[in-house]
Amino acid sequence: MKRVYPNKDFCIGCHICELACLTAHSKSKDLILAYTVERNEEGLSSCKHVHEGGPTCVALSCRHCDEPSCVAACISGALQKDPESGRTIYDREKCVGCWSCLMACPFGAIARHPLENKIVKCDLCHDRPGGPACVAACPNMALKQEERS
Amino acid sequence: MLFQPINRNYHDFSIVRDKDLCINCKVCVRQCSYEAHYWDETRKKVMHDNSKCVGCHRCEALCPTAALLIQKKRSDFKDNALWRPEFIKYIYKQADTGGVLLTGMGSPVNIPIYWDKLLLDASQVTNPSIDPLREPMELKTFLGSKPSKLEFSKTKDGSPKLKTKLAPQIELNYPLMFSAMSFGSINFNLHIAMARAATELGICYNTGEGGLHKSLYKYGKNTIVQVASGRFGVHRDFLNAGAGIEIKVGQGAKPGIGGHLPGEKINEMVSETRMVPLGSDAISPAPHHDIYSIEDLHQLIFALKEASEYRVPVSVKIAAVHNVAAIASGIVRAGADIVAIDGVRGGTGAAPGMIRDNVGIPIELALAAVDQRLRDEGIRNRASVVAAGGMRCSADVVKAIALGADACYIATSALLAVGCTLCAKCYTGKCPWGIATNDARLAKRQNPDVAAKKMVNLVHAWGHEIEEMLGGMGLNSIESLRGNRDKLRAVGLMDTEMDILGVKHAGR
Repeated sequence: MKRVYPNKDFCIGCHICELACLTAHSKSKDLILAYTVERNEEGLSSCKHVHEGGPTCVALSCRHCDEPSCVAACISGALQKDPESGRTIYDREKCVGCWSCLMACPFGAIARHPLENKIVKCDLCHDRPGGPACVAACPNMALKQEERS
Repeated sequence: MLFQPINRNYHDFSIVRDKDLCINCKVCVRQCSYEAHYWDETRKKVMHDNSKCVGCHRCEALCPTAALLIQKKRSDFKDNALWRPEFIKYIYKQADTGGVLLTGMGSPVNIPIYWDKLLLDASQVTNPSIDPLREPMELKTFLGSKPSKLEFSKTKDGSPKLKTKLAPQIELNYPLMFSAMSFGSINFNLHIAMARAATELGICYNTGEGGLHKSLYKYGKNTIVQVASGRFGVHRDFLNAGAGIEIKVGQGAKPGIGGHLPGEKINEMVSETRMVPLGSDAISPAPHHDIYSIEDLHQLIFALKEASEYRVPVSVKIAAVHNVAAIASGIVRAGADIVAIDGVRGGTGAAPGMIRDNVGIPIELALAAVDQRLRDEGIRNRASVVAAGGMRCSADVVKAIALGADACYIATSALLAVGCTLCAKCYTGKCPWGIATNDARLAKRQNPDVAAKKMVNLVHAWGHEIEEMLGGMGLNSIESLRGNRDKLRAVGLMDTEMDILGVKHAGR
C-alpha cells in the first residue's frame, strides 16, 4: 500500500505538516479558524508530530503497519485493519479511551485527544482528493506518499 | 535602543505582521536563523525584532497564513544626492567596528547594465523567421581550441578522412554552465543538485576552488574542476575527474583579492574535500604565487595538461578588469583552451563591499573587447570565450553570445532558482534558505531532489527562450549568432560605448 514516508535528512522542522493536518481534519477547513478556534475549543489536534533531536527532525504519524500492534491491543474493536485499502482505521464511536493502543504502538504515533477520551491517529486523509495534506504541504518534499516494498 | 548602540535602530527592514492573519504557529520563529522572530512566553505570542531582520524573506515565504510582509524600513534620512543612506550606514558601522565592510551577493551601486541598452533583431519580410516548435534548432556548443584549418586525407575507398588532430572539447547541450561555487561556500546538497542537474541537462557545472567530494566523481563528465590560488582539494584524481580544468585567477565580484572561507564553515566533509584541518579558515591568496607572468601561466596550463594527459581542455578564468583584452590575448597565447571572463556584477559568498562595488568593469564591455582583440590578432579560434557575471535572463545570454561569447556561466540565477533572495548575508554562514551555509539544521533546507529539478527547469526554460529568439532572427543554430553583432543595436549609448561593443545605434 501507499504509505507516507518521512525523510529525516530533509525535514526542516517547520511543523507546516502539522498545520496542514489540523486544517484537513477541521470542520472549517480554514487554517486560521482551525488553529485558533477549533484547536482551543474542540481539542482539534494534528495526527502528525515533528520530533526533534539536535539538528535532526522527523515528522511521524501512524505507519499503518501490516500487522498493527494497536489493533491487537484494542479492547473495543475501534481499531481495525481495512483489508481493502490496507489502512489501519479508527472508529471513534467504538473507542472507549483505554489507551491500550497508545502503549502498544511501537512508533508512538497515536496521541490522546486533549479533551475527550478518544485518540488522534492518521487516517491518510483517505477522503481528501489531493491525498494526504501533510505531503501536499511539505515545503521540502521531506514527506512522500509512495509504495515501498 | 535600550542598552544598545545608538545606530541599532537604523536597520534596513521592518517586519510587518498582520494581526488578523497571524496565528502564532511559530513557523517564522523556526525559520529565522537570525532570530528576528521569537516566542514571547510572557505575552504568549510571536514577537519580532526588526533590527535583526536581513530581508531574506524566508519567513514571509513559509508563513502558512501569509501574515508577514518584509519591507524596507520607511525611515528616511534627509534627501542627499551625495550621502545616500547606504554610505551613511557604512560609516556608522565602521565607526563601531573599525573593520572592513563584508558583504555577499547583490550590489546596491548602480553600475550601468549594458544588456538593458542592447536590443535584438528579428526577421521581417526579407528573410524568414523560424518557428523552433516546428523546425530543428541547434543549441549544442563545443568549448575548446578549434583548429585554424582542417586537413583531410583519402582512405582506400576514396572517402575523405579528417587528418587534423582536434583539440579536446567540452560538449554542452545549451550554451550555459553552472559557474564556480565552491563546496564549502555552498553546501553539499547544492553541489550534488548542480551535478545532477548538469548531468540531466548535458551541460557542465564548476566545482569552484574547494575540491570535489569523492561521491561526486561519478558526475565527472559534466564537471569542470577548478584550481585556484589556495589549491584546495587539488590532487591527481581531482584533476582527472572532470571534463575540463579551470585555473581561477580572478573573480568578478572581487578582482585582485583571494577567497576566505571561515573556519565555522569547514565541517568534516568540507575539511576532507579541501584537504584542510577541521574548523580552520581556508584562505586563498590574492595571487597564484606561481603565476607572476604569462610565461608562468603557460607553465601551469601545461602542467595541468600533462597531469590530465591532454584529455581535457584547460580554462583560465579572470575577472573583467581594465586591460582585459590584452590579458586574454596573453592567456590564449599561453595555451588556454577556454578564457572565462567574470564581470563586475558577478556573485560571491563573501567580499569586501568596497571591492564588490568599485573594482572591475562590466562584462558586456570586457567581452566585446576580448572577442574583438582575439579576432584582430587572428587567434579567436584558439580558445573559446565564456562570459560570466550577472546573466539575469535568457536575453542576456543571447546578447552575450552575439557579443562574442561561446557560452555563459550562470550562478546567481541558479541560486535564485533554489530560493536565494539576494539578501547579501552569505558571509554569515547562517543562510536561512540553506544555500550559503554548512550548518546541518539549515543545509537540509535544500533537498537536492527539489533543487536539481528547479535548476533543470530554469535551463530548460532559458533554452526554449533562446530558441525563440534565435528563430525570430531567422537563425537555426546558436553558432550563427556567435559574435554576430549585427543582430544587436544600442539604445542611448555614447559613441565610445558603441565602438567598444561593436554595435550600431538603433535606427542605423
